[in-house]
Amino acid sequence: MNRVTLFSICASSALLLYTLEMVRRRKLREEYSILWLAGSVVILVLSLKQDWLVGIAHAAGIAYPPSFLFLIGILFILLILIHFSIAISKLHQMNKKMAQEIALMKGGIENGSLPRTGQPQERKEIIS
Amino acid sequence: MEGTPPRILVALPAYQEERSIGGLVRSLRERFPYDVLVVNDGSKDGTSEASREAGATVLDLPCNLGIGGAVQTAFLYARDRGYDAVVRIDGDGQHEVEDIPKVLEPILAGRADAVIGSRFLGEMEYRVSIPRIFGIRFFRLLVNVTTGYRVTDPTSGFFAINRSLIEFYSHHYPSDYPEVDAYILMHRLKSRAVEVPVRMYERAEGKSSITAYRAVYYMVKVTLSFLINRIRRFG
Repeated sequence: MNRVTLFSICASSALLLYTLEMVRRRKLREEYSILWLAGSVVILVLSLKQDWLVGIAHAAGIAYPPSFLFLIGILFILLILIHFSIAISKLHQMNKKMAQEIALMKGGIENGSLPRTGQPQERKEIIS
Repeated sequence: MEGTPPRILVALPAYQEERSIGGLVRSLRERFPYDVLVVNDGSKDGTSEASREAGATVLDLPCNLGIGGAVQTAFLYARDRGYDAVVRIDGDGQHEVEDIPKVLEPILAGRADAVIGSRFLGEMEYRVSIPRIFGIRFFRLLVNVTTGYRVTDPTSGFFAINRSLIEFYSHHYPSDYPEVDAYILMHRLKSRAVEVPVRMYERAEGKSSITAYRAVYYMVKVTLSFLINRIRRFG
């Protein structure tokens, strides 16, 4: 077992355990942990199963198998970043709607003509 | 609309305009019977108070959303209150309020869904810098080629829309630099958009929202969202 493999085993298990611990403590929501977990599991498995790594790397035309691990790592990071950009865009949209709603409601209260929208909505947990 | 006069809302998005907004609201209220709404886009100065004192209805956004988000708030307000038309003008006094009836006329006559005031159709009073004229030419070409509207002033923020567009824009309106994008939305809706000549002036107070280093972002962002809006689905 060469040192780069040993290093990737340690790093990916540490990442896996850390991610799981953060989810367990509710500091990381499950939906944001999936890509991290998947990435660390894939890298861990390929680090342990040397022959799989070598097989796939050769099939992909990569001469030095451990560099395939880096490729996998980079691809997961890109996926996670895109996922974040999408999540931010969604939050941006929600934030805009909320700000507009607040402005309209405040304006309605001041003018004493709050447009009634039927029954007050059931309270929903903000962090569920 | 038979019998009852059409309900018209003049909407002014305003960010840090405490020095000009009061006078503008007063001159609107003196001249026209229209309701005046100021959407205060999270200003930290006295924009909100100055507008209220001058007699406008004011909606205070809790944070700065950018011009598109502020204007959309006015459309939401107009939709909820059943206005027949919204005239949107700048809160900084760049747009000549005397020209508002000209911008409204085709809508009230039922000849257009959107009327955009163009500073280039009349006698050219507006001095435009070289980079800006380049940007305007570029967007003019983009709009004319992709939508078929004959547009002279694609970045004009002086316009009026009728109920069909109020309803649509209250759901879909670009968050920043919305004017060029709006042409694609109108094109998709097969709206009737016409330009009328209006007068615009150099800014009396405050700064333009488009500074030099943001110009490149402006061009790229508007072109991108313009082209994407062509292939987007609107549910």
